[in-house]
Amino acid sequence: MTEKHLPIAVRLLPLFVLLIGLAIWFSFSRLNLFPESVFPSPVAVAKGLGTEVRTGRLFDDLIASLFRVTTGFLIAVGLGLPTGLWLGHHFRSRLALLPVINFFRSLSPLAWIPFAILWFGIGDLPAIFLIFMACFFPIVIATVGAVAAIPSIYFRIARDYSFNGAELLMKVTLPAIAPQVITSLRVTAGLAWLVVVAAEMIAGRDGLGFAIWDARNGLRMDLLVAGMIVIGVIGVVIDRILVRLMRISSVRWGYER
Amino acid sequence: MSDKALETEDVSVVFDSLEVFRNLSLGIPRGEFVAVVGPSGCGKTTLLNLFSGYLKPSAGRVVCSGRVRMVYQTDSLFPWQTVAQNIALGLRNVEDKNERAKQLDQMLRLIKLDDFASHYPHQLSGGMRQRVELARALVGDSDILLLDEPFSSLDYLARLRMRRELARMLDELPRTVVLVTHDIEEAAQLADRILVLSDRPARICRELRPGLERPREPTHPAVVEAVHCVLMELGLEESKPQLFAESPVA
Repeated sequence: MTEKHLPIAVRLLPLFVLLIGLAIWFSFSRLNLFPESVFPSPVAVAKGLGTEVRTGRLFDDLIASLFRVTTGFLIAVGLGLPTGLWLGHHFRSRLALLPVINFFRSLSPLAWIPFAILWFGIGDLPAIFLIFMACFFPIVIATVGAVAAIPSIYFRIARDYSFNGAELLMKVTLPAIAPQVITSLRVTAGLAWLVVVAAEMIAGRDGLGFAIWDARNGLRMDLLVAGMIVIGVIGVVIDRILVRLMRISSVRWGYER
Repeated sequence: MSDKALETEDVSVVFDSLEVFRNLSLGIPRGEFVAVVGPSGCGKTTLLNLFSGYLKPSAGRVVCSGRVRMVYQTDSLFPWQTVAQNIALGLRNVEDKNERAKQLDQMLRLIKLDDFASHYPHQLSGGMRQRVELARALVGDSDILLLDEPFSSLDYLARLRMRRELARMLDELPRTVVLVTHDIEEAAQLADRILVLSDRPARICRELRPGLERPREPTHPAVVEAVHCVLMELGLEESKPQLFAESPVA
C-alpha cells in the first residue's frame, strides 16, 4: 500500500506525533525542573532560531555543511562504486583487499580527526576528507556484495544475445546492483551527515556543527537546540530525496519482490 | 548445406574424471522437435550447452547450422526491463527500427501479453513470465530453440497450458527444437522424437516417435503409450497397467 492511498487523517499522523512531542517538551519546561539555561523552552528555541535565520548565519552554516557533505559524499560514490565493481568482478583482488577495506570501515571516521587537521588544516578540506573516509568503505563493501550476488544467468543471457563489454556494464551489472546500491547510498548519506557535524565541531570555523559548538561555548542552549533541530530536519530531507531513487520504475523490482 | 540443423559426431565430454558423453553421434533434422529425457545428472543440460556453443566437447565435433536461442530453467528475464524490453533483446540483430517495432508488436499479440508490454517481470505470474522467455527466444530470425526444462517451476495445470502455448507458437514460428525435460508426459505430448538417455556416460538407449500431429491431448492413447515406453526404459514401470480392462463392472 502506498502513502497516496491512505486517508488524510492517517497521513497526518507524523504531524500529530510532532505536536504531542512539542506539548510534552513545553510541559516539562513549564515544570521548571531545570533552569532555563540548561533546559530551554520551545519558545526560547523558536526565538533563537528566528534570530539565526534573520542574521543569515543559519543559512551560511547550512550552505557550508551541505557543501562539505555533498562534495565528500560524491567523491566517495565516484571512487567507491568503480572500486566495488572492480573488486566484485575480480576474485583475487577481492580476496586481497577486502580485509583491509573491512578494517577501515570498522574504524570510526572521527579517529581521523587529528590527522585531518594536521594534513588539511581548518575549514572545508578536513570535513570533506572525514566524510569521504566515512562513506567510501561502506559503499565499496555494499557494491562488492551486490556484484557478487548477481545471478550468473543474467551474464549467460548477455552472452547469448551478444552484449559487448560496455553493454554488459550498463545494461546488466549496473541495473542489477542498483537496488542494493541505492539502499547503501541512503545509509552512507545519513552517515555523512552525522560526520560533518562532528568534523565541524572540531575542525571548523563555520557550518552547523560549529554553530552547535559555538552555542555550547557561549552557554546558549536555545541556539544549540535550534541547531540540533535544523540538523535533524535536513537529515530527514536528504533521506526523503534519496528515497525517491527507490521509486524509479527500473529499480522497484529490488524492493517489491 | 546439410539438412541437419544440429549434429554431434563422436562427441565425448569429460569433466575432470567425470565422463558425461562417450562417442555420442546424433543428428537433428531441420524443423524437428526432439525431446531428451533421462535420469538426473545424465548430461541432458550438457547436451544443450554443446549445441549452444557454451561448452566445447573434449573430443568430436558439434555442428550447428543456424542461430540458436536457449530458454533456461531459472527465471532469466532481466527484472529491470519491461516485458517489451526483454522481448526486444531477441530483436537486437534486426537493424530496421520500424521492423523491430512491428515484430515486437506481433510477438506480444502472439503470446497474448499486449496489455502487459510495459509491465515488469515481477508483476507477472509464473506462466506469463515463461511466455515472455519463450517470446524472447522465438522473436527475430532464430532457427533453433533449446529448451532446458522451461516449465519445471510451474504447477501442473500451468504446465499443461504452456505446452499448448508452445505448440501454438511453433505453429506460427516453426523452429528446430531440443527440449530437455524431466516431465515425460511433456515430452510425449510435444515431441516428434523422444530420446531416452542412459546413465553416465550417456548414450541414447531408446528412440520413440509418437507419430501424431501437435497439439496432442495428454490422455491420448499414443501419448500414454509413449510415457509407458519411456518409463519402462528407465526401469520405473514394469508392465503396462491393465487398470481399466480388469476393473470389475458394477
